[in-house]
Amino acid sequence: MAPILDIKGLYKNYGQVEILKDINVAIDPGDFLVLVGPSGCGKSTLLNCIAGLEPITGGSLHIDGRDMTNVSPKDRDIAMVFQSYALYPTMTVARNITFGMKVRGVDAATQDRKLREVAQQLQIEQLLSRRPGQLSGGQRQRVAMGRALVRDPKLFLFDEPLSNLDAKLRVEMRTEIKELHQRLNASMVYVTHDQIEAMTLATKIVVMKGGVIQQIGTPSEIYNTPANLFVADFMGNPAMNLIPAKASQTGGETRIEIARKDGAPIVLTDARTRDLPADVIIGVRPEDIAEPGFRASQTAQHAECTVDIVEPAGADTFVVMQMGGKQVTARLHAETTARPGQVQQLAFDLGKVSYFAPDTGQRLN
Amino acid sequence: MTDMSLPQTRGRSRAGRIALRWLLYVILGLFALYYLMPLFVMVTTSLKSLEEIRTGDLMSLPRDVTFDAWATAWSGACTGIQCEGVRPFFWNSVLIAVPAVLLSTLIGALNGYVVAQWRFRGANLIFAAMLFGCFIPFQVVLLPMARLLGLMGIAGTIPGLIFVHVIYGLGFTTLFFRNYYVTIPSELTKAAKVDGAGFFRIFWSIFLPLSLPIIVVTIIWQFTQIWNDFLFGVSFSQAGTQPITVALNNIVNSTTGVKEYNVDMATAIIAALPTLLVYVVAGKYFIRGLTAGSVKG
Amino acid sequence: MSNRSQTLRPLGSWLEHHLPKVVLAPSFIAVLVFVYGFIGWTAWVSLTRSKLLPKYEIHGTIQYERLFAAPRWDVAMNNLFIFGGLFIVISMILGLILAILLDQNIRTEGAIRTIYLYPMALSMIVTGTAWKWILNPGLGIEATVRGWGFETFSFNWLVDPDMAIYTIVIAAIWQSSGFVMALFLAGLRSVDTEIIRAAQVDGIPTWRVYTAIIIPSMAPIFLSAFIVLSHLAVKSFDLVIALTGGGPGFASDLPATYMYAMAFSRGDIGQAASSAMVMMGVVFTIVVPYLYSELRAKND
Repeated sequence: MAPILDIKGLYKNYGQVEILKDINVAIDPGDFLVLVGPSGCGKSTLLNCIAGLEPITGGSLHIDGRDMTNVSPKDRDIAMVFQSYALYPTMTVARNITFGMKVRGVDAATQDRKLREVAQQLQIEQLLSRRPGQLSGGQRQRVAMGRALVRDPKLFLFDEPLSNLDAKLRVEMRTEIKELHQRLNASMVYVTHDQIEAMTLATKIVVMKGGVIQQIGTPSEIYNTPANLFVADFMGNPAMNLIPAKASQTGGETRIEIARKDGAPIVLTDARTRDLPADVIIGVRPEDIAEPGFRASQTAQHAECTVDIVEPAGADTFVVMQMGGKQVTARLHAETTARPGQVQQLAFDLGKVSYFAPDTGQRLN
Repeated sequence: MTDMSLPQTRGRSRAGRIALRWLLYVILGLFALYYLMPLFVMVTTSLKSLEEIRTGDLMSLPRDVTFDAWATAWSGACTGIQCEGVRPFFWNSVLIAVPAVLLSTLIGALNGYVVAQWRFRGANLIFAAMLFGCFIPFQVVLLPMARLLGLMGIAGTIPGLIFVHVIYGLGFTTLFFRNYYVTIPSELTKAAKVDGAGFFRIFWSIFLPLSLPIIVVTIIWQFTQIWNDFLFGVSFSQAGTQPITVALNNIVNSTTGVKEYNVDMATAIIAALPTLLVYVVAGKYFIRGLTAGSVKG
Repeated sequence: MSNRSQTLRPLGSWLEHHLPKVVLAPSFIAVLVFVYGFIGWTAWVSLTRSKLLPKYEIHGTIQYERLFAAPRWDVAMNNLFIFGGLFIVISMILGLILAILLDQNIRTEGAIRTIYLYPMALSMIVTGTAWKWILNPGLGIEATVRGWGFETFSFNWLVDPDMAIYTIVIAAIWQSSGFVMALFLAGLRSVDTEIIRAAQVDGIPTWRVYTAIIIPSMAPIFLSAFIVLSHLAVKSFDLVIALTGGGPGFASDLPATYMYAMAFSRGDIGQAASSAMVMMGVVFTIVVPYLYSELRAKND
């Protein structure tokens, strides 16, 4: 299958400043690609480059096999939803949605038919004669989606489309976008700084930082085998515990020793990993530290820890401890008996453990 | 605007507060009289006969209201050797102001649109260079402009004056539109580009419909500037093409015959009427233009 | 690194890409020629012996030497400082007082503001004509006050060479102070109301709130008003022509009228050019630092 979007060696400079460095991404038709990263990482710039709104400094960009490197946005067969929605303030909702078709000279009957279809799909039929100023945030968002949908493009681009909505609406719209993607089987590129949005929506995630791609993978790859410390820390909430530790080879096993301020170090053994350097950073997701008997797997190993803080969060209770000079969070069940200041028996599951080199931050296993 | 009225300080008696309040209104009223006095004098003088002017006093209302002075001013007063009144010059001003206002507003809108929404390398520098042009004393361009108009063969013509007013109005009109359009999110332009609209389509379909307030501000500003202009008018016109400000000055300072103060005043009011009318009808926009032209410039 | 093909794109695409520049270009060229080119021309001619017609051989600073030796120019510059100083200071004080008075929750504020500001809509020629009549010694204020019984009252500044320049000050203040008021009023209204509320809660008297909090925070508005007024003062031409014609003699000449007289009635282009350059120098020393700081602030 030919990639619908293929970016090779893309560079983007503003004057002397490199904004994007050697970007290589390809997605297949039907993929939902999410570009995620902290603000200023270049994700929005990359989206604008894909749209043709920013010229690129180097490299090439193909959409559905056509070289689009120097093609203007209108000829790229794309549609875009913006963070501020960018609805044309003086036009009605209907005209907002049909403006693109009107510009392209689509006949009135087709315009009207497509408008009805999209309006029905998004349940905005009753809003068609209103102006953007008379709509709520969620309604504006729908209209912006409608403007993109009506075009039936090769590629949908979304620039943080949910960030201006309140929390509840954001979750609703997230589900709706996912549903839309499944129904249309369309190819989408979606920019967000919200890692939960990235995990829930994507079929493929690109994690970016400082204009450089950190990792490309499926949500589960990104979550379970982060390529470096940055990705490990950025994806997941609460964040992955990244604990400095000492590693040593004993027979067929690797022995991991985590220092503690008070008392003996925690010693864990990992039979599946070999040849680690002496200094490592061990990455453990909070859910991989549990009470013995809960979610415990074959590889779980027990240790006693002094709990500092207990944070009930409804479905789960998080407890925070000191280990290897870091705060370590564990996700316990809601009715845990853990109390601040008390010693708690915990099970460490090393089945999905990550190891990173402290100096380079790169993944070791 | 926020309501920022300060309550009177505590501890002052109620009577004292009321007295203070009265004093405030009296002072404000006296100032209002001060600003209105010249207009009052102009109007009353224009309605008096010369006889009454010589014997009566400045502040009194006319005993016998007569519009003779107005008729003379409009169609009989002498500017130098001609005695056709101010009418032809009034129309000269209209013929100069209307095209110059429209042209400079249109070009300013396009310029502002480019500078605010289509930034390219050097656009800000160009804008700064244009802005700078707003502040030069026009005396410094009078001589070369006079020669250029001569070379172009439009010296002393109405098109020549239109040309001059458009050129030297561009700085302000560009400034007005630029400052208005920078407040419009650039995502709007991006969305329209993705929708397939080009430079002019985006301007016409999206920006122009948004621009009514700033168009009004700019037109009022330009109209007031051009209608009230004297320097360009007196430098670049000749007998048949003078704008009304020049004609007014000629009538007032013509040394032939009896000094007709009532005609002078009627002429002055006629010259002031269009801009005064604009001010009364659209004062809000007039003030916005004034403050935008100074605070942001 | 860049393998983007830039070669031989069709004209339509080139135009589409460069349309914004193409649209801005005529205005930019116009400004280059008619502002900067013309300033250059005037500067050049100010260094020649041009009389009735411009000549282009440079003869050094002879025109400036003549200019600064001319008594009439001396009077004009003196007048500029008297006029400019009084006009700016009084307009600002008056404007500020009026703005503060109007800021006291006045019910008829809109109407009063309209009255204070209308002179700004008038041509200076109209203003000059009106005040010329009012200040006319034979029939104006003087006659009126005498008519009220003060037989010895005298107010003949318009024909008094020592006082004529002050009549221009009077008329100019009448015309512009309302505008300064509007600027200051907008400034007063833009002060953060929470700061004022905080001061009120602290029990600070109203006049102290103005002197200690509001007025200091309006410094940029003072600067703007100063720039606009000084700019108006240097360019003042119409008002002098209409009110005094520069007279009596040339007692109320300003640089602007001097320049005009040299250019169009005395046929001395060299003097006209050099006086125009001096005017521009005065404006620039005031405006350039201001514009520079404004544009810098905008680019941040």
